[in-house]
Amino acid sequence: MTEPTAPIQTDVVIVGAGPVGLFAVFELGLLDIKAHLVDILDRPGGQCAELYPEKPIYDIPGFPVVSGQGLVDNLMKQIEPFGPQFHFNEMVESLESIGTAERPRFRVKTDGGLTFECACVMIAAGGGSFQPKKPPVEGIEAYEGSSVFYAVRKKETFRGKKLLIVGGGDSALDWTLNLQPIAERITLLHRRDDFRAAPHSVNAMRELVATGKIDLRIGQLAGLEGADGGLTAVKAKLSDGSVETLDVNMMLPFFGLTMKLGPIANWGLNLHENLVPVDTEKFESNHPGIFAIGDINAYPGKLKLILSGFHEAALAAQKAHRYVYPDKRLLFQYTTSSTNLQRKLGVA
Amino acid sequence: MPKISFIDFKGTERTVDAQVGSTVMETALRNGVPGIDAECGGACSCATCHVYVDPAWQAAVGKPSAMEDDMLDFARDVQPNSRLSCQIKVTEALDGLIVRTPEKQG
Ligand SMILES: Cc1cc2nc3c(=O)[nH]c(=O)nc-3n(C[C@H](O)[C@H](O)[C@H](O)COP(=O)(O)OP(=O)(O)OC[C@H]3O[C@@H](n4cnc5c(N)ncnc54)[C@H](O)[C@@H]3O)c2cc1C
Ligand code: FES
Repeated sequence: MTEPTAPIQTDVVIVGAGPVGLFAVFELGLLDIKAHLVDILDRPGGQCAELYPEKPIYDIPGFPVVSGQGLVDNLMKQIEPFGPQFHFNEMVESLESIGTAERPRFRVKTDGGLTFECACVMIAAGGGSFQPKKPPVEGIEAYEGSSVFYAVRKKETFRGKKLLIVGGGDSALDWTLNLQPIAERITLLHRRDDFRAAPHSVNAMRELVATGKIDLRIGQLAGLEGADGGLTAVKAKLSDGSVETLDVNMMLPFFGLTMKLGPIANWGLNLHENLVPVDTEKFESNHPGIFAIGDINAYPGKLKLILSGFHEAALAAQKAHRYVYPDKRLLFQYTTSSTNLQRKLGVA
Repeated sequence: MPKISFIDFKGTERTVDAQVGSTVMETALRNGVPGIDAECGGACSCATCHVYVDPAWQAAVGKPSAMEDDMLDFARDVQPNSRLSCQIKVTEALDGLIVRTPEKQG
């Protein structure tokens, strides 16, 4: 937790830095509207960066093919002239109205202690916030936050502990290597003797196993033992079918991420099947000044495509302009021919 | 047209027609077979289309690719006959295929 600081004043807060949130920066920027973006992930790109960075996308207009990460990189370049401010590893927790229907104003707070005050909010939260997947083992909830963690916030939590790390990807291996000097003992458990992580981490891990500094087990979680949130042992079903009881008192499972709607459910918006219903003129929710664009919104005929989200961002920005600059008239202009727009883009 | 049987965790069997060239996951979804979520739509990115291939069919279906095996790490209760059904292409040779769906996906 960072110390609460004075509220950040801005025009628009964009919840979610997926492709649609990123492109919203561009459309807002052309209209002189400044934006801050908040995402629980540690980098921009939403699903494209987290779920399929290397896979090809074939239906972005003008790009016969582009990878998920390639699209994100291009969007970042495209919005650079507008100086968007990013706040990563932050979950937008609450959204409070502090204005009126004619002059909306909002206070937005994150779990890390940031507060924003803004004229409009664009919810570009996609399929929801990325949250860690829970491993398939009974009764795990009872230990969460006390002896089972899905992320390392403070390394000190694990000092002197008998720690079980589960998984075979980069997070599992990085933390095995990082926490090995601090923990009393680390056991790494993975379904198969083959690791997705970067080869140098795999080699370093193998070295620790070979020198007896950590234990490696090939198998899957089978059960937890303990009481009052305190883990006393974990049962693992090993690849030969036998069950071993591991002497551990903390566990860090890394089973990837899944999308959950999260705090948006508590913002007093009309929701329909975890989506925010909007109109198709301004992509505004039932609450004036709160827009929903991209995968998170719902309207008749909605297609969960990146290109639809881009269109929605452009139209929502037009309406946002009226809230941010109530006295200014909006002129329709092309980026090709308007020196005014080109100046904003830094090319004229 | 090849037929595929899906047996859910309660033992209910559903046999449907499958199109050659489509995937086992698509076959399930198209025919309203429950037990397969397929959140990522077949991109081998979600592991919510997990099935157990009947042991008699394991050889014919084959082993997962390296990419699929990586993704299987995120499925529940993975067995030696586990596959992601979006990565199994239907062929004439798979006529009669039996797969079991797990109690829970993802
Ligand atoms: C495997 C796969 C392949 C795909 N292929 C295509 C394709 O070929 N063409 C296509 O058009 N689409 C494709 N899609 C869909 C496309 O990725 C989505 O439509 C797109 O990512 C939606 O963008 P978005 O910005 O609305 O949301 P997302 O990309 O989902 O991003 C939303 C972001 O908001 C963050 N967030 C949510 N709530 C909060 C909160 N409270 N606080 C902080 N952060 C929050 C999330 O962490 C996330 O990073 C594919 C999807 C998948 C999974
Ligand atoms: S549908 Fe997502 S991995 Fe098969």
